[in-house]
Amino acid sequence: MSIMSHNGGSVIAMVGKDCVAIASDLRLGNEAMGISSNFQRIFPVSDRIYLGLPGLATDVATLREKFRFRVNMYTIKEEREIKPETFAHLVSSTLYEHRFGPYFIEPVMAGISKTPTGGVKPFIAATDLIGCLNFAKDFVVAGTASDKLYGVAEGLWEPDLEPEDLFETISQTLLNAVDRDAFSGWGALVHVITKDKVITRTLKGRMD
Amino acid sequence: MENSFALVGKGYLIVAADTTAARSIVKMKSDQDKIKALSPHLLMTYSGEPGDTLQFAEFVERNIRLYQIRNLYPLRPSAAASWIRRSLAESLRSRHPYSVNLLLGGYDIASDDPHLYWIDYLGTLSEVPFAAHGYGAYFALSLLDRYHDPNATLEEGLATLKRCIDEVSKRLVVSPDKYKVKVVDKDGIRDVEL
Repeated sequence: MSIMSHNGGSVIAMVGKDCVAIASDLRLGNEAMGISSNFQRIFPVSDRIYLGLPGLATDVATLREKFRFRVNMYTIKEEREIKPETFAHLVSSTLYEHRFGPYFIEPVMAGISKTPTGGVKPFIAATDLIGCLNFAKDFVVAGTASDKLYGVAEGLWEPDLEPEDLFETISQTLLNAVDRDAFSGWGALVHVITKDKVITRTLKGRMD
Repeated sequence: MENSFALVGKGYLIVAADTTAARSIVKMKSDQDKIKALSPHLLMTYSGEPGDTLQFAEFVERNIRLYQIRNLYPLRPSAAASWIRRSLAESLRSRHPYSVNLLLGGYDIASDDPHLYWIDYLGTLSEVPFAAHGYGAYFALSLLDRYHDPNATLEEGLATLKRCIDEVSKRLVVSPDKYKVKVVDKDGIRDVEL
């Protein structure tokens, strides 16, 4: 079996109208054996940026610690919060540092940035395990159910969804995709980031 | 082969590990204690590559003790789990990684509740209500899914553990015959006979 699917798990992020959503399943497994149904793999980076880390679970924890350290150092040195675009490049270069002995993680990030005119701009991005960035305008997926997520998201996503509609779209996409994947599932967690708040909801899923 | 189980209940944590020391197909010993008391309220089972297991367990034990001597208070279970995870994760990408699987459990005297952590040789850490390592896990986890009750009394918890051990003895080809069982609660650690 591949090391990328040793623990299982999937993450998806979607763009809406002045909002973004990021969601993941909650399974932690050891190959086909389920260990935990409450394994968090999405972490807040700042008030408006969330980072999802599907892949090998040991590297989920290691990278989470590493990004928390690096973002804190950035915030102290620059005396301002990191922008989602800058953070994406921080993720990319951190992973590329280990080009020939990589962390087995394919990060997905979602955030909203403020424009100079006072508006907000939704932002999503994903990278592969060595940090090749993918800035998408619609949605990004990663993890063991990524192929299924692509299919369902391609069918359900539409532009300019309001926060509640985006929540429904991302939730249905994730739940239906992970039900076709033995290594993902066991419940889900969804964050919808809007300009003044983050809505976090836990979803029940099939437990088989 | 090696098996270890653990489960949390109302105000206590039960940990069990088999007592066989095997080399290849031969049992060398059947009274080996593979559960270490890291501090007055912290227990750890260790299994995996012989040699690595004891070496790593003693390394952890001494460092946890050192923290207690330096700071005059022991590491809480969650902090100990994070430190051990990091040690294993750093070891994984070194020249000679430790091949050790752990169940770490303790009673947090600050927040008055028991905690259990499943840790493997890769440095994967997860807080769980019940856990198992080894081939016995395939049988025990299914039973624990059905019978585990986080509000059960100690007697009921021990009965659930006995169910797991009995099932493994019945169905697993390479099942160990003896287990050591330890309990940790607000009063500390004690041995229990099943």
